[in-house]
Parts: sequence; C-alpha cells; structure tokens
Amino acid sequence: MYSEKVMEHFQNPRNVGEIDDASGVGEVGNARCGDIMKLWIKVEDGIIKDIKFKTFGCGAAIATSSMVTELALGKTLEEAEQISNQAVAEALDGLPPIKMHCSNLAADALHAAIQDYRRRNG
Amino acid sequence: MQRIYLDYAATTPVLPEVLEAMVPYFSGEFGNASGVYSWSRTARQALDQARDQVAKVLGAQPEEIVFTGGGSESDNLAIKGAAWAYRDRGRHIITSAIEHHAVLEACHWLEGQGFEVTYLPVNGEGLVDPQSVKEALRPDTILVTIMHANNEVGTIQPIAEIGEIVRDTKAVFHTDAVQTAGVLDINVDHLNVDLLTLSGHKLYGPKGVGALYVRKGTRLVPMIHGGGHERRRRAGTENVPGIVGLARALEITHSERESENARLQALRDKLISGLSAIPYTRVNGSLAQRLPNNVNVCFEFIEGESLLLTLDMRGVAASSGSACTSGSLEPSHVLLAMGLPHEIAHGSLRLTLGRGTTEADVDYVLGEIPQIVERLRAMSPLYRG
Repeated sequence: MYSEKVMEHFQNPRNVGEIDDASGVGEVGNARCGDIMKLWIKVEDGIIKDIKFKTFGCGAAIATSSMVTELALGKTLEEAEQISNQAVAEALDGLPPIKMHCSNLAADALHAAIQDYRRRNG
Repeated sequence: MQRIYLDYAATTPVLPEVLEAMVPYFSGEFGNASGVYSWSRTARQALDQARDQVAKVLGAQPEEIVFTGGGSESDNLAIKGAAWAYRDRGRHIITSAIEHHAVLEACHWLEGQGFEVTYLPVNGEGLVDPQSVKEALRPDTILVTIMHANNEVGTIQPIAEIGEIVRDTKAVFHTDAVQTAGVLDINVDHLNVDLLTLSGHKLYGPKGVGALYVRKGTRLVPMIHGGGHERRRRAGTENVPGIVGLARALEITHSERESENARLQALRDKLISGLSAIPYTRVNGSLAQRLPNNVNVCFEFIEGESLLLTLDMRGVAASSGSACTSGSLEPSHVLLAMGLPHEIAHGSLRLTLGRGTTEADVDYVLGEIPQIVERLRAMSPLYRG
C-alpha cells in the first residue's frame, strides 16, 4: 500500500536524532492519535544548516518526517516555510488516502520549529 | 529470505487433505444438490455427510446446522435473525464491548431499528463477568451474544456459565466460536448455547463458508430470501465443495486438537516469556483463560504499524491493534475496553501460531523483535532510554 519511496525512507530514515544546541524545536501530533513528530533545526545566517527528527508513528509518519528533513536541509527559512504537507507527500510519490490527514504532519513540525526559532530571536 | 506466518487468527491455509476432499465437487461432481438426477444425489450425499460431521463435533442434530457464506454471515443471521424473530417479545440485546465487528456492527444496525443494546464491559484481563450478564438481563431481553474466545487477545470467555444464566430466561444465547472451533470443546450442550457461529478459513478450511448452529425450537428470520435451502433459513445453491471442506477441516482439527494445543501452548509461552523480557512491554489478556496460540503484547513508545512493516521486511507476518492497521483513527476497541490508554494500545502486536509454526520460527522472531523495538524506540520522541 505504500510507494517504494515511502518504504525506502521508512527503512533508511535520514536525519534521525536530536540537536542539543538547536535554534528551534517543533512538535506536532499527539500520542492518542498514534503520531507525534518532533523536529530540531540549527539555523545559521537564515539557512537551515542542520535538521533532525524523532517520530512516534506509522510508516507514513516516519517516512514523511525523513523526507521533510531532506527537503528543508540547506534551505532558507523562507524557502522552508513554503514546504507543505502536500509537497512532502508528493516527494514520496504519494501516500494512501487514509494517511494524508492522520500521518502527514511533517511540514507542520518543520513550520513549528521555524516559528520557535523566530520566537527565540524575536 | 525465510517467510514466517504468525497470523493464524486472521486466516489459515487449507490443509492438503481438506483440499483433496473438496476437489471432486468443483468439476466432476458439480451437480446442484436440489435436483433429482444422479449428479444431484452425489452432491446431496456430500452435503448430508458434511452436515453430520459438523453436527457430531457440536454434539448437535444435523438439522440444527445451517451452512452460510462465512463467520460474518453466521453472526448476522444469528443476531439480526433472532432479533427480528423475537421482536414482539422484547427489544433488548446484551453483548460485550470486545466482540468481533460482525457482532458489534450487527448490534449497531439493530439499534437504528429500534432495539436497545447493552455492551458489557470486560475486566483488565479481557474477561466478561457472568454476574454482569445476570445483572443486565431484563424481562424484555431477547438475545445475549458473547464470543467464545476473543480474536485479538485470545481470552476465553466463561460461556458455559453465562449460558446457564441465560437458560433460566426467555432470551436466546449466541456465541461466536470462530476462534475456538477446532481448538476447544464446542459441544453446544456443554456451552449451553442456542446459536453458535463457526467459519471455515479459521480452521484450515476454505474461505467463504461458515456454519451456524441453531438449537431446535430457536426461531430465526432469514437474511437471504430465495429458495428453500437450509430448511428455509439461508437461501442459495449450496457451496458443496466449500461445505465439504469446512466439515473435513473441523473433523481433523477437532480430533487432533489436544496434541496440537499442547504443542502450540509451549511455543506460545516461550514467545510470551521471551517478549516480556523486553523493557516496557506488557502482555495483554488473561494468561490463564487464553487460546493456546495467541500472543498479544504492547511495546510502549512505539507504534504498531511501523513494527509490522519492519517485521514484514524480515519475513514475518503478524498483526496489530494500532489505528493504522484497524483502518480507522482509533486503536483496537478490545484493548481500549480492557482499559489500555490510547498511546499504548497503538503499540500492540498480535502473533497467532498455527500448525505450520515451529520452534525455529519462534526463536527467529525472538531474535528479531527486540532489535526492531530498540530501533523504533531510538526514533521515538516518547522514549527516554
């Protein structure tokens, strides 16, 4: 039911972990629904220089988390803010319909991390 | 890569001797059992023999066996059929919170038709208290339906005891024995039931065929109208090969159940104790009142579908009660009814063993699962090592 790309990211997720001195941290989802994504960014000169995630969730939740870190790494904050959940799903060659809402939150986690960064650097 | 199937509660392979018994009725002896010519006589004889075989295992009369299109159909016929037949006597039905969806959804549908349903709770071990049935019974209760063993956590319900309580009332008593036929004693007089559901493909028979035991004197309104098949309780040309297969499979599994249960129980217990050694793991369901082939555990901080996908990559087929695998946004209704919090219910794993399961399979799985759990936990924001 998952595309090969989803399975590839699920099997070999990129950028798993935490950043100790992160510039921003975002967390979305809740354990009740079965999906929580937490994402750390390191920002230098307005560019995302490092990014890491940890996710509790299904295959789609882990694959979208991995993909969003790949899409956002090296981007400016403005560019990263343009990455949508839809774009993440498309980059993975699509998700099963039932997963589009419940497990496709990775871009929201990225945006939350950027917001956190902006708040800290108000 | 080796493939290890540990989802026998979902479905089972057809046994070679069952397939062999079925084959003649597909093409050579293809007759419609309702005719008067020789082809029909052969088909009729096969049906009669199958009915005798099933009745014998159940300790019933052949005319009390109705063949259907499967377990879900049998449950629907029992529940909706009895509710409709007795609706002038009352509109109250009692069931449990952990029934199979074929029972729960039939009950929900009846609620929309003016019936009232009491969903009995279960304790933390997944067991229904017979006393709660007694307390829920009312003068207008027409039907009680409680499963013999639960398909997710394997708990065996005190059906005989509940049956004794229901017998003193005017209500009829149905049990879904889909998980126990061929495994436990399903003699209808031992269980004190009026209606009993079983399914072919859960006991090494074919898919698409089931049976419903209907105690003499129990009324049912048919769900499928048409010809006078199955004593007017289920219209439709009989699925002769399927019925022959179901009967043969029941006969084989029933007669071999004691030795097979002992073998499976040893493997089950090895799995349970091995998996319990993983930190933050809980075993779901009673350990004493449990099917010999059921293992159900929750690994905290991880989600079930991720676990299943990883197991599948390593050749192991299993199932989970997570929302993602239930096809809804809610995790297993059974685990929630047992009082598990949502986030833990999402991390459940069910392994169900069967005739093909070997000790080597169990050892392989016990080698793989701790690594998989560790890997997923390392990725989980909930886990703090």
